[in-house]
Amino acid sequence: MDLSAINPILLVAALMSAATPILLAATGELVVERAGVLNLGVEGMMIIGAICGFAIAVETNSPVFGFLAAAAGGALLSLLFAFLTQITLANQVASGLALTLFGLGLSALLGQSYVGIKPPRMGDINFGPLADIPVVGPILFSHDPVLYLGIALVALVWGILKFSRIGLVLRAVGENHDAAHALGYKVVRIRTMAIMFGGALAGLGGAYISLIRVPQWTEGMTAGVGWIALALVVFASWKPWRVLLGAYLFGGITQLQLNLQGAGVAIPVEYLAMSPYVITIIVLVILSADKSAAPGSLGRTFHASH
Amino acid sequence: MKLTTLFASAAVALGLATTAMAEDKTKVGFVFVGPIGDGGWTYEHNKGREAVEAEFGDKVETVYVENVAEGPDAERVMTQMALDGADLIFTTSFGYMDATNNVAAKFPKVKFEHATGYKRLHPNVSTYSARFYEGRAIQGHIAGNMTKSNIIGYIASFPIPEVIRGINSAYIHAAKVNPDVEFKIIWVYTWFDPAKEADAAKALIEQGADVVLQHTDSTAPQAAAQEAGNVVTFGQASDMGQYAPFPRVSSIIDDWAPYYIARTRAVMDGTWESMDTWDGIGPGMVGIGEISDAVPAEVKEEALAMKAALADGSYHAFTGPLNKQDGSAWLAEGETADDGTLAGMNFYVEGITGEIPQ
Amino acid sequence: MIRLEKRPQPSRAFSYATPLLAVLATFFFGGLLFAALGKDPIASILTIFWEPLFGEFSFFYRPQLLIKGAPLVLIAIGLSLGFKAGIWNIGAEGQYIMGALFGAGVGLAFYPTESMFIFPAMVLAGAFGGWIWAMIPAVLKVKFGTNEILVSLMLVYVAEQFLASMSLGLLKNPEGFGFPGSRNLQQYPSAHNAELITGSGMHWGVVMALIAVIFAYVLFERHRLGFAIRVTGEAPRAAKFSGVNPSRLVLFCLGTSGMLAGLAGLFEAAGPAGQITIDFNVGYGFTAIIVAFLGRLHPVGIVLAGLLMALTYIGGDIAQSQLGLPAAAIQVFQGMLLFFLLAFDLFTNYRLRFGRTETA
Repeated sequence: MDLSAINPILLVAALMSAATPILLAATGELVVERAGVLNLGVEGMMIIGAICGFAIAVETNSPVFGFLAAAAGGALLSLLFAFLTQITLANQVASGLALTLFGLGLSALLGQSYVGIKPPRMGDINFGPLADIPVVGPILFSHDPVLYLGIALVALVWGILKFSRIGLVLRAVGENHDAAHALGYKVVRIRTMAIMFGGALAGLGGAYISLIRVPQWTEGMTAGVGWIALALVVFASWKPWRVLLGAYLFGGITQLQLNLQGAGVAIPVEYLAMSPYVITIIVLVILSADKSAAPGSLGRTFHASH
Repeated sequence: MKLTTLFASAAVALGLATTAMAEDKTKVGFVFVGPIGDGGWTYEHNKGREAVEAEFGDKVETVYVENVAEGPDAERVMTQMALDGADLIFTTSFGYMDATNNVAAKFPKVKFEHATGYKRLHPNVSTYSARFYEGRAIQGHIAGNMTKSNIIGYIASFPIPEVIRGINSAYIHAAKVNPDVEFKIIWVYTWFDPAKEADAAKALIEQGADVVLQHTDSTAPQAAAQEAGNVVTFGQASDMGQYAPFPRVSSIIDDWAPYYIARTRAVMDGTWESMDTWDGIGPGMVGIGEISDAVPAEVKEEALAMKAALADGSYHAFTGPLNKQDGSAWLAEGETADDGTLAGMNFYVEGITGEIPQ
Repeated sequence: MIRLEKRPQPSRAFSYATPLLAVLATFFFGGLLFAALGKDPIASILTIFWEPLFGEFSFFYRPQLLIKGAPLVLIAIGLSLGFKAGIWNIGAEGQYIMGALFGAGVGLAFYPTESMFIFPAMVLAGAFGGWIWAMIPAVLKVKFGTNEILVSLMLVYVAEQFLASMSLGLLKNPEGFGFPGSRNLQQYPSAHNAELITGSGMHWGVVMALIAVIFAYVLFERHRLGFAIRVTGEAPRAAKFSGVNPSRLVLFCLGTSGMLAGLAGLFEAAGPAGQITIDFNVGYGFTAIIVAFLGRLHPVGIVLAGLLMALTYIGGDIAQSQLGLPAAAIQVFQGMLLFFLLAFDLFTNYRLRFGRTETA
């Protein structure tokens, strides 16, 4: 056993990168859920983002176009969910699960000719001398642009939800859609926009895996990250900054687990792997004391004539 | 009694059904556990299938079903292929073992080939597997020579004999050329999860490993090594040549084509027999991807010499003297490991630190 | 201008017609997909839907429908109780795993003793395993008001890790040469959930699914509790006034659905699968959620939906092998079917009004 082999600075830098896909997807889902919609199709939208981003990045040789395409692909798929749940008033849980099934299949079809290809790399941002500052440099100034975009989006979502009129309306729709409707807000339109935003961010998260973290395309490569993102939103009790904290905590546990093994510590892998979920449940129980945490209309179907 | 007669008559009915379907073409079925686009395990088996088609052209028809879950789904798919008139069925996952034998009992005229298992309960079942540990020996040799930090990282999937064998083989040959070498092993509990594999590779690299071996199927560790700059890797399952010449300096390739072609031919000739095949570099089931110029010329030469010796059988990857991890004697000077011990290997050799997780 | 108007009562005609419309729409768009992939669309659809039911080898596929459909129906029936009352158990996959682990664990503990009491003991243990796993979200909801959707979902991942740990550790076959996975219960007569009539596909899980369907039917049609469940789902406040105890309802619904999912897991582990392995669970718990909704939470509907899903799985595998359709295309096709079924269901409860918006 040699714990000194673990470099805490690099560990933090690595977990930030590892957490980014979950962070992006969870931030998107947070907005969706704050609007009162539960979309369990995150995994499906992520993998569609992963293949759209990969394919376009390879074809245009530009990772930036890849990420744009990933956001578009995710949003497009989420539109299907929006149609089902907002227009045809289908059950959200079932529609979300169906969306994941559909997304996994469709991504595999789209990606048939992209197996075994290397995508163009997106380099890290060059911060010049800043990156050489001890401790702070490697942690804060050594990453790719999308990682910073993820953090910026958290701030943006926080700001909009808290201070802007759009945020106020969104929350009103999520808390009580009937009241919001009575006040003259377009519930369906607002929710559709929120769902598309969630889809776009899930797409970005998927493309982060296929273009930066891995980078390659293979079927089913998101391997359940979408479900972790769903857990994270609850863990964060629907608050943006806590999503960031939670993403780093979830990512950190995995990183720490792998690092401890490398250092020769005999740890029960399975039990450490289940710990994020157990922690989420504990957090949920603690939060349930605070009845205001969950959006009031979460998961309920809205029809104007109610 | 009643049950057995019923079962027998059902078997006859099923058997009749297949003979009725018999055609001129030899029909070969493949049951895959993953998608053929996984770029690793199933991808290579499917390349073997394509090789069978290329070899025999019109005389053969191949069918496959991908993403077949182990258990009743696998049993149904195998039965369906047999009903549709398959003459030979390759089942390519360890978890298909009992299903393969169950279906084989019902279709005595259909030949079954089960990959990586050990049960041959019926005369129409064969098993086959590859001695990947031979390839690991070559990797270990190159790795021991190339490491400067003397730390070699190993991304392991599940603690099963196949994986433990690979770790031991690589370690023995790395330690032979570099006694100071240390193995850092991370168990990821998955065969395929690109993100997790990337994380594991990064963790190993951050802990000072400058060579990373992997027993998982994605190229994620290769990309992580490339990003880190100075880290050597080896392709796994497929060549992963897109990362050559560096970081990927060589690879172990699962090459099922020669075996699949030979067995299909045996069925056509009527010479097929139940047997247990465990082939290595010699018959070509384990391919060694080109050793790139990033490896010093003399190391490359030694590695190729070892490959030749493993291939012609003059050298065995587990040759004594070797002790088990706890220091107890395992193989005496010059003694080689028997296949039984290798097949069920559940211990590390002396020198590897850490425990095999349970 | 098109407007949706809620029907005063769900349309009977449409409740029968919409599934048909959805299937037809799926045929059309699925056919387009198959054609785009260069396959004969009609042959593809016939292979998926006709071949297993009426094809040459239907004598083999029809029993397979029972084997594949039974766990789906058994789990979905349990889920439908809660869903009707607005209690969302989406962690059936975890309860399925725990039922299998408990049940198979009891059986393996007795190995190699032969006794007629072993299988019943396993059934009880399986039911208990699923029940106790579902009681975690149930008790947390009753005690602390914790959201059961998320707790039950989280527990799926915890259960999966348990499964991995057990297959590699405690339950590993000591004669398995170090490979992961338990002994095969099919080779242990006292513990084997064998077919009751060989070749029929009927095992105890199928019988249990039928019993569950009847139980649910009677419960909803005849029993006070069924009424309480319906009222709670439709009007929670009214239910409270009429004397329904919501806590007990939560415990009952989650407990029962967990128990049935656990039973499904046990019957699968002791029967068709035979073994506990790392990849034992193949998603029945999640698919059953879809089945429950497709069956409109009605027992008979659930049976039909379960069989339909089973049919697409079985037919899909046949189409892969006979026509070379990729597995992904089958998945997309299933996704389409679900989308259309969910979308067309609108017409059961709403009608379209064309023309100018009148004053409401």
